[in-house]
Amino acid sequence: MLLQVENLKTYFHTPRGIAKAVDGVSFSVEKGETRAIVGESGCGKSITALSLLQLVPEPAGYIESGRILFEGKDLLDRTWEQMREVRGDDISMIFQEPMTSLNPVYTVGWQIEETMRAHGKNAATARARALELLDRVGIKDPSGALRQYPHELSGGMRQRVMISIALANRPKLLVADEPTTALDVTVQAQILALIRELQKETGMAVLLITHDLGIVAEVADTVSVMYAGQVVEDAPTRELFKNPRHPYTRGLFASLPARNRRGQDLATLEGVVPDSAAWPKGCRFADRCKYAWESCHTIAPTFHPNGSDRPVRCHLYDPNISGRPSRLPWLTELPVTADLVEAAKL
Amino acid sequence: MLSYILRRILYAIPILLGVLFVTHFLFFGISSPEVIARRNLSTRNPKPEQIKQWLTDHGYDKPASEQLKRSTIDMMSFNFGKSDTTGEDIWSRIKQGALPSLIVGGLVFLIGLAIALLTAIIAAYFRGTYVDAFITFFCVVLMSVVYIVYVIGLQFVLGKLLRLGPISGWDTGLGMLKFLALPVVIGVISGLGADIRLYRTFLLDETNQDYVRTARAKGVAEQWILFRHVLKNALMPVITSTVAAIPTLILGSLVLESFFGIPGLGNYLVDAINGQDFSVVRAMVFLGTLLTIVGLIFTDIAYALVDPRVRLE
Amino acid sequence: MESLEKFFALDFVQNAIPCLIVALLAWALIRARREPLWAEAYRRLGRNPVAVAAIVVIGIYGLVAFLDSIGTTDKVSQDRTTVIDRLFEMPKEKTYSAPFASMTTGEPKPSALKAPGRHIMGTDGVGADVFYRTLKGARTAFIISGLTTLIITPVGLILGLIAGYYGKFWDDIIQYVYTVISSIPGILMQIALVLVLGKGIWQICIALGAARWVGMCRLIRGETLKHRDREYVRAAKALGVSDLRILLRHILPNLLPVIIITVTLGFSGLALSEAILSYLGIGVDASMGSWGNMIDSARDELAREPVIWWNLTSASIALFVLVLAFQTLGDALRDAIDPRLRS
Ligand SMILES: Nc1ncnc2c1ncn2[C@@H]1O[C@H](COP(=O)(O)OP(=O)(O)OP(=O)(O)O)[C@@H](O)[C@H]1O
Ligand SMILES: [Mg+2]
Repeated sequence: MLLQVENLKTYFHTPRGIAKAVDGVSFSVEKGETRAIVGESGCGKSITALSLLQLVPEPAGYIESGRILFEGKDLLDRTWEQMREVRGDDISMIFQEPMTSLNPVYTVGWQIEETMRAHGKNAATARARALELLDRVGIKDPSGALRQYPHELSGGMRQRVMISIALANRPKLLVADEPTTALDVTVQAQILALIRELQKETGMAVLLITHDLGIVAEVADTVSVMYAGQVVEDAPTRELFKNPRHPYTRGLFASLPARNRRGQDLATLEGVVPDSAAWPKGCRFADRCKYAWESCHTIAPTFHPNGSDRPVRCHLYDPNISGRPSRLPWLTELPVTADLVEAAKL
Repeated sequence: MLSYILRRILYAIPILLGVLFVTHFLFFGISSPEVIARRNLSTRNPKPEQIKQWLTDHGYDKPASEQLKRSTIDMMSFNFGKSDTTGEDIWSRIKQGALPSLIVGGLVFLIGLAIALLTAIIAAYFRGTYVDAFITFFCVVLMSVVYIVYVIGLQFVLGKLLRLGPISGWDTGLGMLKFLALPVVIGVISGLGADIRLYRTFLLDETNQDYVRTARAKGVAEQWILFRHVLKNALMPVITSTVAAIPTLILGSLVLESFFGIPGLGNYLVDAINGQDFSVVRAMVFLGTLLTIVGLIFTDIAYALVDPRVRLE
Repeated sequence: MESLEKFFALDFVQNAIPCLIVALLAWALIRARREPLWAEAYRRLGRNPVAVAAIVVIGIYGLVAFLDSIGTTDKVSQDRTTVIDRLFEMPKEKTYSAPFASMTTGEPKPSALKAPGRHIMGTDGVGADVFYRTLKGARTAFIISGLTTLIITPVGLILGLIAGYYGKFWDDIIQYVYTVISSIPGILMQIALVLVLGKGIWQICIALGAARWVGMCRLIRGETLKHRDREYVRAAKALGVSDLRILLRHILPNLLPVIIITVTLGFSGLALSEAILSYLGIGVDASMGSWGNMIDSARDELAREPVIWWNLTSASIALFVLVLAFQTLGDALRDAIDPRLRS
């Protein structure tokens, strides 16, 4: 086990009270594995990722509790200075906004080399490796690009530069927070392919954050579905696509345009994620869930209701909850699960 | 680069024309000359001859075309004419006064910039702590004291009580140094509050940028981030907000110079105000505006030099 | 013209104007409570002890200024006696005397005071009570800052709205005008204007405002630009709502917070500028008490023997505290109204 996150809670002080942006998240990443975290905007994906490196925006944000075991040791025990040794070395991160994530007043080369110098490599080695990296991530004229400033590159190119920065010290885990969201569709595919290739070459694990199920289908081995600061479903990709259990996950799938459901209404999730400063008392999805009954509004579901191997945070699977329908409600509806993998790839 | 500068200068021409029109209107369009004369004559009910005399002295008796020429063509060719009160040639007096003003103003500018920037860096480094809160509060206090109180009060404390320098006066050559001490110290202190606050905001704006997060994620040390990443970016607004002030340093400070008897342009202007020397005030308004516009051109150039994103073509 | 002046000279009118202003302010403050945004801002201000202190200080200054505006005019001498005059005016001494002193200071030789020990800030060169003169300065400060604000805000607002909302031609024109105006150094423009217009409250306010409306205009233009392309404005436009209504009903309320913050911070700058103008000899008339005049007349007093420090101290502390209060309130308002603007 490379990374194991246990019951992570990251809160924010806000004028409205304490916003529990990440509220008890657990998941794990094996060596060389790709885990995806999916969920709608605002459900705490980025904050989870930032918490791993303890880069939550201060002073408003803070890690309340939890454990982040990296190679068996808790990262939260480390001081800021000790954390610095991990960042960019064992764990590196790429961000959603390639436009602003690079410093506009330094050349690309300087910024790649900086990563290596921060971890004790000498200038000559760093320079040589920077060139090699730029070449590897598919930049045409690597030695020319070294001397260019970020604004002279396109979004896709900048994200490639970000990837070279992230890979510079051969990390064991790459955290990619929506690395392709800001890019054109064709460029998206190229960047994803690049990440996958690089992962094969180096054997690093990837934690991929996205809200795009299509991307999940393509690259992830396992998936954590997040909703309102919690993981609501955790499954191997294939199984999740074959049989999504949580109504929220089903909602996400239903909102995909699917070839085999043409002619039907395009079902979408109605409503929005509730305010993180005031989560509902019961199930956080209850207000938007068409299968919810009273218990859903009053009792918060647990993550392992029936001790099954595929944890789901939903009362439908909890034999101890009263008022539960005897069979899963959607089994009486039209099947929406037909070839979801195919659908997602659209 | 050259074409870039030329283009900037071309942009300034319509502004200069506008300014000439505004200043002409200011002096000749707003009030009728008689009214101005009446207002400025110290006697309560001036006789017609007195008014006439005042108008002649202040150049209001000339025909409108002559006045227009004086406030446009003559100004542009630095032909400012003679002082209303002393009859001295204004341009030669301006040339004399520019140096003392520039020396005092330049020293105040450079020392003030260094201290303000350093303090702002300290505040930004300790952001969110008591150090930062104290500096911010201290700035507001500094900003709330009126400039003349700095001058009068500090002259008293530093000059009279502590005897750190002569109360006032001027000398050429090295002898100047001892007269410079007090005005420069006072000038620096009086500007500090606003500058520290401004630079602190510039720095903090940058610390919230995404590239800082990237640098942290790379494992770069905090001090390095502050001095290499944040400072370099924050220097851009600092430079652009200060470069504009450089040309106007020649104008000097009215209060400081008149109070310390520094023979600069600020002092000259104060004398002109007291003597109702319209020609001198007019010349100074034009000069000040011209220097401001030059400052704006400097700003554009500085911007192009420091920011790789500005293209020069 | 003549009759208008007579009308304004009436005791009743002179007393009604400050009452009206206070009533208007009070109404606006109470009315604002009903808006959710402002109610929230009030609550946050109330929780901030520094802001409360600033409001109290400003309130006290305001009260002094208000009481100094209410009074009666003597039928014969035409002298106006305000509440402040009645409460704080002291017998005139011969010359300087230190705070709480019973004798005058220095030349030709000390003589007994008419009101020994009762001049808490001493007396000035002509024997007037310094504390009383300091109180009188509050009204001048409020009038100058208030009138100037009343001049620059509408001008800046209207031009800024037009430039930001209509863009194109109007924007070019207005931008050109304010670039030209802002190229003239503010202090030089003030000097020139006072020379040409003469001294007097209105003239000084115009001189102070001439350079300052530019800042307001630039700010409003920028903010309007931001709002112009927002969804709700586009929707209103699509529904055929008239431009004027969009500007007044949709955009203006959104600009109110920035306007109020800017005005609050600007108030302190104006009070400071008044002092500088007085120092340069182009401020308010010497007969009208002002802190700037007091500081100006005090400039040689520190060189005297014994040192006359109370005149300068009294005026500059009065000015300092008011400016500090407005600065603090402005910053607190910024935090309270829009936490995103927090620096
Ligand atoms: N600086 C902050 N101050 C207060 N609350 C914050 C802050 N940053 C994030 N939050 C809260 O954390 C929640 C989760 O934010 P996060 O950025 O992790 O969402 P996300 O899942 O990454 O969404 P997106 O897809 O938009 O990136 C938000 O709903 C917000 O309320
Ligand atoms: Mg995110």
